[in-house]
Amino acid sequence: MSKLIPDITKDKIAGGVYQNKLHDSGHKHVNGQAVYVDDIPEPHGMLHIYMGMSTVAHAKIKSMDLSEMRASEGVACVLTVEDIPGINDYSPVKGDDPIFAEGKVEFIGQPIFAVAADTIDLARAAAKKAVIEYEELPAILTIADAMEKGSYVSDPHVMARGDADGRIATAKHVIKNSVELGGQEQFYLEGMIAMSIPGEDDEVKVYSSTQHPSEVQHNVAKALAVPDHAVTIETRRLGGGFGGKESQPALMASVSALVAKATGRAAKLRLDRDDDMVMTGKRHDFHFEYEVGFNDDGLIEGVSMLHACRAGYSSDLTDAIADRAMFHCDNVYWLPNIKVESYRCKTNTVSNTAFRGFGGPQGVFLIERIIDEIAAKLDKDPLEVRQKNFYGVDDNNVTPYHMTVEDNVIHEIFEELEESSDYQKRRAEIREFNKHSKVLKKGIAMTPVKFGISFTTTFLNQAGALVHIYTDGSVKLNHGGIEMGQGLFTKVAQVVAEEFQIDIERVKITATDTSKVPNTSATAASSGSDMNGMAAQAAARTIKQRLTDFAATQFQASVEDVEWLPNRVRVGSEEIAFTDLVKQAYLNRISLSSTGYYATPKIHYDRENCKGRPFFYFSYGAAVTEVLVDTLTGENKITRVDILHDVGKSLNPTIDLGQVEGAYVQGAGWLTTEELWWDQTGRLRTHAPSTYKIPACSDRAEDMRISLWEKGKNAEETIYRSKAVGEPPLVLGISAFHAISDAIASVTDYEVYPALDAPATAERVLMAVDRTKKAAKS
Amino acid sequence: MVKISMTVNGKNVEGEVSPRTLLVEFIREHLKLTGTHVGCDTSQCGACVIHVDGDSAKSCTMLAVQADGSNIITIEGLANGEEMHPMQAAFKENHGLQCGFCTPGMVMSAIDLANKNGDLTEELVREGLEGNICRCTGYHNIVKSVLDGANAMKAAE
Ligand code: FES
Ligand code: FES
Repeated sequence: MSKLIPDITKDKIAGGVYQNKLHDSGHKHVNGQAVYVDDIPEPHGMLHIYMGMSTVAHAKIKSMDLSEMRASEGVACVLTVEDIPGINDYSPVKGDDPIFAEGKVEFIGQPIFAVAADTIDLARAAAKKAVIEYEELPAILTIADAMEKGSYVSDPHVMARGDADGRIATAKHVIKNSVELGGQEQFYLEGMIAMSIPGEDDEVKVYSSTQHPSEVQHNVAKALAVPDHAVTIETRRLGGGFGGKESQPALMASVSALVAKATGRAAKLRLDRDDDMVMTGKRHDFHFEYEVGFNDDGLIEGVSMLHACRAGYSSDLTDAIADRAMFHCDNVYWLPNIKVESYRCKTNTVSNTAFRGFGGPQGVFLIERIIDEIAAKLDKDPLEVRQKNFYGVDDNNVTPYHMTVEDNVIHEIFEELEESSDYQKRRAEIREFNKHSKVLKKGIAMTPVKFGISFTTTFLNQAGALVHIYTDGSVKLNHGGIEMGQGLFTKVAQVVAEEFQIDIERVKITATDTSKVPNTSATAASSGSDMNGMAAQAAARTIKQRLTDFAATQFQASVEDVEWLPNRVRVGSEEIAFTDLVKQAYLNRISLSSTGYYATPKIHYDRENCKGRPFFYFSYGAAVTEVLVDTLTGENKITRVDILHDVGKSLNPTIDLGQVEGAYVQGAGWLTTEELWWDQTGRLRTHAPSTYKIPACSDRAEDMRISLWEKGKNAEETIYRSKAVGEPPLVLGISAFHAISDAIASVTDYEVYPALDAPATAERVLMAVDRTKKAAKS
Repeated sequence: MVKISMTVNGKNVEGEVSPRTLLVEFIREHLKLTGTHVGCDTSQCGACVIHVDGDSAKSCTMLAVQADGSNIITIEGLANGEEMHPMQAAFKENHGLQCGFCTPGMVMSAIDLANKNGDLTEELVREGLEGNICRCTGYHNIVKSVLDGANAMKAAE
């Protein structure tokens, strides 16, 4: 009952901004009542879909005999490319992702047909009866192979400033080297899934686990050859997305919608874990080459980089991802003379896609590697070389793409963390420990991050929201963002509660739905709260203005005299409860509903000339990681982590801390234990968590000290001066990688640089120990 | 088809299943208790953990017929009416979840862990939850939740 009668005497609302409001669905998650797509009550007669996948990496399809499959028990429908009324494509950009293979297959796991039956077991059993004959073609599986053959999904791209080659040639010291960086499986705990329900005429409703309902809508409409308005996508929550559900859920949605429309029955497509890992894309792996010239202090004078990433068989979002890697080639460093060449390799493997950081972490990885190697060569603390190369605050602050860094706080953050983590003292102790410990070695490293916030495809930086107030004063909120565990719904509800000065319990958050807010962008690029928060604020302010005007008229006061207090409004000496004001406004025919819209200001980018301001602002942070390495087995353990991260003025510190911690662990996992492994035929052999090692509870550092930077405040006018938090802290996992490298270096008394490739699995660590020992001897 | 019966969350239930029906399918599809999740299908992620005769078990790895005659508790059966189980409350209060998909399994494993260890330590929780993957959090708040929940369970005894 208490919730229905808001307290109109208190001086602070419950759940406004800057408060530690807990997850909006927390109570439902702990009692199993939170509904994911697979939990929605299944309509009567629903069909289950199984996808038939290619078993070879590259081949012509010589023949397909599906007759026995069609006749199999319980089968209601079989779809191949012939059965698509519209366009056979679910790609986000380039039109190169066929829903079903047409004449040829280009990777192991590529969908060729779908079979829908009364149960998933029957569908799966039927699929076994398909007979497909291939004529195998030579396959390109690796980046090296693709580079040699000039196999790309798009043209190489170059970003350059100053005279990199010239300055490298005249520099006192030069390093030339290469490094490999592995990909990463998103492993959202809830696998890919979509359920479609056929409607009247050409309509269909799809429940999709996606970060990008609008794109799923376009793709479903395109496949069915119906207008977008015939297709509705609804998404209440995801069991994790991490970028993996940005573009590729369109495949599951399209296939389930095709089955639903073909049969007139509801249809569900849920990939089991192994199929999900084989069929859907991962973080791009990279091959890097670099040449850097620097002086005695470690100051970089010129640097030349080559990025080559594995796109897989199609483009998906590769261009934007590879571009973001280029945008982050500088991290926090002033590189006046730089050249970056980027190659997007086409291979006969699954099409790689978005993963938290979207290429940014890969870009940062390389420059951090370069700095680390410079420090080793000069026998300096890498921390010192990092600081030496930092962007200045007022000068030496222009990125390679000619954007001035106006909000640089890395100097402060680094100094504070160096101090609070006791870095210097611990580093000295570690060196002492290593002298006396033969097998177990410790290592420590501190690395920074600067992460650009905004979609680099400028038009995507827009968002919409819809706010209704009902006559009892309760509020319904809808926006284009997706809740995937990051707390977006909570944060946006906090914003609306704050605007109306009502307790957050009065604001109901509703499933993202393309029929409520149209033409949305993906919830990605860390921009969810920045953009949807602003859009919801705009919607709320429109209604608030109407109510303010109404209150002023009603009490014959001026608008300036209307003051919004917790759960009430004061007009001069009178106070009126929010609920009463709303009711009166309704009776006086004032509209209590509004849309809101936001477009991120200031940003622009000219890709051809690599010039502009692709980012609204930057997020910063730093981490110190300490590790313990067993040099006989290669086993290693993160023992302590200190993180200081800038989230501006945090909308919700509890949620932000959770994001920072989760991102760090995911980043460290990427660079240490998570190894994707394909065999010589192009088959992914690590397609389940039994072989693909995701950080477990027992891997967590015993000592983890994570703080949000107290001085943080966004220099730009973002929602309540907060900063995006989803992706940037993932980059801090790089410190774990360098700490391991530091521990290995101790084996040769820091003589030989370990030159580790990533991920630093136990096997790689062991190999590096051997390699460096041999090198030290010779 | 095989006839089975068992007690689920205190209620007697009966069903007819194929010998190959997994326990998790029986729970989710026949009983419509969808709080038990499927994350990996292959006994590795722990999202499907329930209690069978007082022990935690991965319900994607048991056949429904194996559970014939047993006493089963799922995440839906923990609360006492409106009142949450102390472990549920602890996960909620400590922000021990983000996307929430791993949460039911975590809570079920955590209760088993608390039941079987008189004094839970951080170390025991780390090792004990090894079979439950969370991809969102860094486990910090999960460990905190389990310790808090275990304390609250003791206090309630
Ligand atoms: S679904 Fe049972 S352990 Fe993952
Ligand atoms: S909260 Fe998402 S997997 Fe644990």
